[in-house]
Amino acid sequence: MVINAEDIGYYDLNKEIVGSDDAEIKVENVLGQRYIGCGTSAKTITVEGVPGNALGAYLDGSTIIVHGNAQDAIGDTMNDGEIIVHGNCGDTTGYAMRSGKIFVKGNAGYRVGIHMKEYKELYPKIIIGGKVGDFLGEYQAGGIIVVLGIGYEGSVPVGSFCGTGMHGGYIFIRSDQPPSGLPVQVCCETATDEDKKIIKKYVEEFCDCFGYSAKDLLSSRFYMLTPNTASPYRQLYTEN
Amino acid sequence: MLEKEGQIRIPSGCAISGFISRDGKRIGGDKIVKSISYMHDRSNGLGGGFAGYGIYPEYKEQYAFHIFYNSNDARVETERFLDRHFDVVNLSRIPTKKHPNITNEPLIWRYFLTPLPTKLASSQLDEREFVAQCVININDRIDGSYVFSSGKNMGVFKAVGYPEDVGEFYRLDEYAGYAWTAHGRYPTNTPGWWGGAHPFALLDYTIVHNGEISSYDANRRYIEMYGYKCNLLTDTEVITYIFDFLNRKQNLSLEDIAKIIAAPFWTEIESGKYSETEKKKLKYFRNVFSSLLVTGPFSIILGFDGGLMALNDRLKLRSMVAAEKDDMVYLASEECAIRAICPDADRVWSPRGGEPIIVTLNDK
Repeated sequence: MVINAEDIGYYDLNKEIVGSDDAEIKVENVLGQRYIGCGTSAKTITVEGVPGNALGAYLDGSTIIVHGNAQDAIGDTMNDGEIIVHGNCGDTTGYAMRSGKIFVKGNAGYRVGIHMKEYKELYPKIIIGGKVGDFLGEYQAGGIIVVLGIGYEGSVPVGSFCGTGMHGGYIFIRSDQPPSGLPVQVCCETATDEDKKIIKKYVEEFCDCFGYSAKDLLSSRFYMLTPNTASPYRQLYTEN
Repeated sequence: MLEKEGQIRIPSGCAISGFISRDGKRIGGDKIVKSISYMHDRSNGLGGGFAGYGIYPEYKEQYAFHIFYNSNDARVETERFLDRHFDVVNLSRIPTKKHPNITNEPLIWRYFLTPLPTKLASSQLDEREFVAQCVININDRIDGSYVFSSGKNMGVFKAVGYPEDVGEFYRLDEYAGYAWTAHGRYPTNTPGWWGGAHPFALLDYTIVHNGEISSYDANRRYIEMYGYKCNLLTDTEVITYIFDFLNRKQNLSLEDIAKIIAAPFWTEIESGKYSETEKKKLKYFRNVFSSLLVTGPFSIILGFDGGLMALNDRLKLRSMVAAEKDDMVYLASEECAIRAICPDADRVWSPRGGEPIIVTLNDK
């Protein structure tokens, strides 16, 4: 099914998407409508245009593909599924995400993966092709964030305050230098071949989406950030 | 009478948008109305407003005062004040159109004014200071009268309502300017009232703001030492006065003002990313103007004679997108508001927290 979103408000647009029996829905002329595909579980939604904030919030298994740039808070608290953006996206990408994948071809804004978390088989993954702003992985509690820095070789593709409050999961940054000013509760090491196995599968999937060579990317130097086990936050509230 | 700011608290974002033609081409106000309308869901109908620059070419040498009056008495008293201080070149009601969603409007008048030479000379003030003091006097002393726009060849139009309705109410399609800004309000602490809608203006400086300033009282106490009166009990008002104070009175550049109000953290200053000279300057600003550091989430667009400036708080707690197309520069809370009026921008990017975008006319 194809929906022309021109001059339709977010409420009516989402009602149409959710109410459709079709598994594949293409939405054209999207311009700022919020909450697209929010909470859906078994659809493939293709978006042409610029979707509004909270695209795929609480997503529960659907696939959302955006041909354009996305705005803020995509995949907010998403539970499962995939969001694939053939462009850039805004701040707080994957906010409190619990599982599923977010692949962004271009750059992402501030606070990517803020407070993402994992539990048993639930394991969120975010891969950003370009660079990101400050506060990458702020309060990260689980899952994987990968920043590939494609097109930004020679510079560190993450902003300041990376990993602030991080207490779980992994951040992988493709770069020749580590980010500066990391907080004490974060360990930063050059990723070994063994470490890179953690992300190999996902980077390959990312490359399949956007036409890059996973082999080339994975042969570059990556820094791996993990919470420091001697973290001062470790027992702040409870032993864990 | 509607309760004003400070008399009630409403717990609850905002939308901002702006554009400028660097070549000075005059663009109809309907464009900015269209842009802000795409962010409808960021407002709640309790305030909308616009600032247009270059809209009064026929009166470009006069100060254009836009005034809200609660009563005819307030108008009479204010006009007496204006007659004592200015040569009133023209006065009229601002043309509006009845709109079902815009109600309880005050009396809305416009005056084109030149300071009386004798008054100006005896005040021993420069012209802009004289005008600014007159605005502050009216707003502070005349009950029920509020000058909400006071620059040359520019004007603010604001009301309680959604911005797209406010734009229609003021018939903005009948104005054309080289730069426009817009605001859709979602008041977080206070009710919406006409004076509390954005933009906030003094002389040609206007501010539209999305956010909430935690440093408001510290900023207010400091700025009031210099004769400003924060009468509106709204955080945005103080930002306007800070720009007026630092730019007009202290002659600081807009780049430097960004370093004062969105100063980098001390740890960032010491992190080795700045040259020694820059470090010294940043420290100097933080020390001398410590009370003008604006904390809390904000994204703002400043309009001024000949340009626009966008700035985010240093932690970037509010969104801001910029785009370029030929001589046009667009700034907005969301990309959709830009794409709505410029579908094929050459470049779209997000400035970093604390990093100003300053755009001026090519011939300025």
